[in-house]
Amino acid sequence: MFGEIFGAWVAVFLTFAIFSFLYKDNPFYKIAEHIFVGVSAGYWTSMFFWTQIQPNLFGRLWPSAQYSDGFWYGIYNFFGMISSSIFPEGGIDKGHDMHLTYLIPFALGIMMLLSLFKKLSWFARWGIAYTVGMAAGLRAYGYLNSNVLGQIRGTIIPLADPDLPMFSLLGASHFNNLIILVGTVTGLLYFFFSKEHKGNFGKVTRVGIYFLMISFGASFGFAVMGRISLLIGRFVELITYSSAQYHHATLWVLVIMVGLLGYSAYNDKDNPETERS
Amino acid sequence: MNDRDFMISAGGISLAFLIYWFAGHPYFVTERLVMFLTIMIFSGTLMFYIRKARRGEDIFLRDIPGLKAIEEAVGRSTEMGKPVLYVPGIMDMDQVETVAGVIVLGHVSKMTARYETTLNVPVSRAIVMKAAQEACKESYLMEGRPDMFHDDMVHYLTDEQFAFAAGVNGIMVREKPAACLYMGKFYAESLILAETGNSIGAIQIAGTASQAQIPFFVTACDYTLIGEEFFAASAYLSQRPELIGGVKGQDMIKVIVIATILGGVLLRLLNDIGLINFNILQFLKVT
Repeated sequence: MFGEIFGAWVAVFLTFAIFSFLYKDNPFYKIAEHIFVGVSAGYWTSMFFWTQIQPNLFGRLWPSAQYSDGFWYGIYNFFGMISSSIFPEGGIDKGHDMHLTYLIPFALGIMMLLSLFKKLSWFARWGIAYTVGMAAGLRAYGYLNSNVLGQIRGTIIPLADPDLPMFSLLGASHFNNLIILVGTVTGLLYFFFSKEHKGNFGKVTRVGIYFLMISFGASFGFAVMGRISLLIGRFVELITYSSAQYHHATLWVLVIMVGLLGYSAYNDKDNPETERS
Repeated sequence: MNDRDFMISAGGISLAFLIYWFAGHPYFVTERLVMFLTIMIFSGTLMFYIRKARRGEDIFLRDIPGLKAIEEAVGRSTEMGKPVLYVPGIMDMDQVETVAGVIVLGHVSKMTARYETTLNVPVSRAIVMKAAQEACKESYLMEGRPDMFHDDMVHYLTDEQFAFAAGVNGIMVREKPAACLYMGKFYAESLILAETGNSIGAIQIAGTASQAQIPFFVTACDYTLIGEEFFAASAYLSQRPELIGGVKGQDMIKVIVIATILGGVLLRLLNDIGLINFNILQFLKVT
C-alpha cells in the first residue's frame, strides 16, 4: 500500500513538474527533465542489452542446445567467470540454434565501441556504413512496392463502374475517385523541382499545394484530438490521486508547487537576469 | 566510362536480358516482373540524368525558400552571438529521413564553421551520434577550422521519445539558440519542440517526410521543407552536379509515374467497357 501511495505522489509531482514548464523554466521542470532523461537513457540501455544483445546475439553464438566442451564454449565459460548472469552455465537457452554468422554484427558492434579510443575511432564508420547500406537495400523493395506501385494501383480509379454513386460522403463514389486522381497528380507535380511554377503549370501545382494543405489540416485536427485524449488521461489520473485514499496527493503537490514558484517569483522580481529569461 | 561505352554496356545488358527472357527465363520470378522493370527504368532514368549533369549540362532547379533561409538563420545566429540548434530527428540511421538529416547537418556545420557560430546537435540514437559527429568533423576540416570542432557539439540525450523532447526543450530555454533546425524523422514530439523554439523567438526551419508531423511544423516553424523538398535539400545546398542530376532524374520518374497513372486509368476504362482484355491492376500487382 505504501508503495502505491508513494508511486502516486511521485507521478503527481512529475506531472505537475512537467506542466510547470507552461509557466516558465523552473527548478521543478529541471528536476523532472533530468530524471526523465537519465532514467530513460539507463532504462533503454538495459532494455537493449537484455532484449537484443544477450538473447539474440549471445544466444545465437553460444546456445545451450549445442553446448560442448570444445574451444568455442571454452571462450564462453571464460566470459561466464566474469558475469554468470549474462553467460549462464551450460550456454544461453533462448530457443536458438548456433549461427556463427552473428559474429559479423558482433564485430560491427565492437567496432562502434572502438570509437571510445581516438586512434581507432574510424572503425565505427564500418558499423554506420553497414547500417545505412543494409537499410537502403532492404527498404528499397518495400518502398517501391507500397509507396510507388501501391500508390499507382490505388490511383487507377474506375471511370465506368455502374455500381458507384456519383456522390458519397463516406464510401467510394465517382466524385471521390476524381478527387483522388486530381489530388495525386497535382500533388506530385508540386514536387517538380526542375521547372519554375509559373503559368499554367503554376496553376496546376497551386491546386496540388491546396490538396496538400487540406490533408495537413485534417491530419492536424486528428492529431490534436488524440493529444486532448492524452491530456484527459492525465487529468483523470490526477483526479484519482486527489482522493483521500492517496492522502490528497494532487492537491498537496499543487499547493506546495504553486506556493514555492510564487515565492520564487516574488523574490526574483527585481532580478534583471530573471526578467530577461 | 564515356557515353559510348555506357550506351554499349546498357544495350548489351538489355540484349542479354531479352535473350534470357525468350530462352524461358529460368530462376526468374515472373510475378515480380513489374518490380524488376520498375527498378530498371527508375535506375536507368536516374543514371541518365546524373551523367548529363556530370557532363556539365545546365540543369535548372527552382528556388525553395526554406533552403535559402538556412544560411540566413545561421547568419542571424552569428550576428546575435547565439548557438544554432540542429535536431536530426529521433530515429536511427536505417531511416532515410535520418540519413538525409545527417547529410544536411554536414552542410549546416560547414556554415557554422565558416561563420564561427556555436553548433549544438542533441541526438537520440547512438549510431546517429557517431554519424553526425563524423559529418560535423569532416565539415569543420573542409572549412579549415578543425580547431572549432569538438565531439561534444553532437551529444546523446536518450532513446526515449518524450524524455528526448524534454531534454531538447531544456536546452532551448537555457541556451536560447537563435536558430532551431529540425531535419529528420519526427513523431509526436515535433510540436513540443517547435512550440518551445517559437516561444524563445528562434528562427525555425523544419524538414521531414513524416506526413503526420508536417502540419505541426508548418504551424509552428518559419519554414518547412515538405517531403521531397527535404530530400532535395542536399543537392540544393551542395550544388554538386551528380546530386542535381539525381533531382532532375527524380522529376522525370514523377512524370513516368503520372503517365502510368493516367494510362492506367484509360486502360482500366477500356477493360471495364470490354474493348480490351487486359487488367492493369493485376499486371501491377507484385507478390
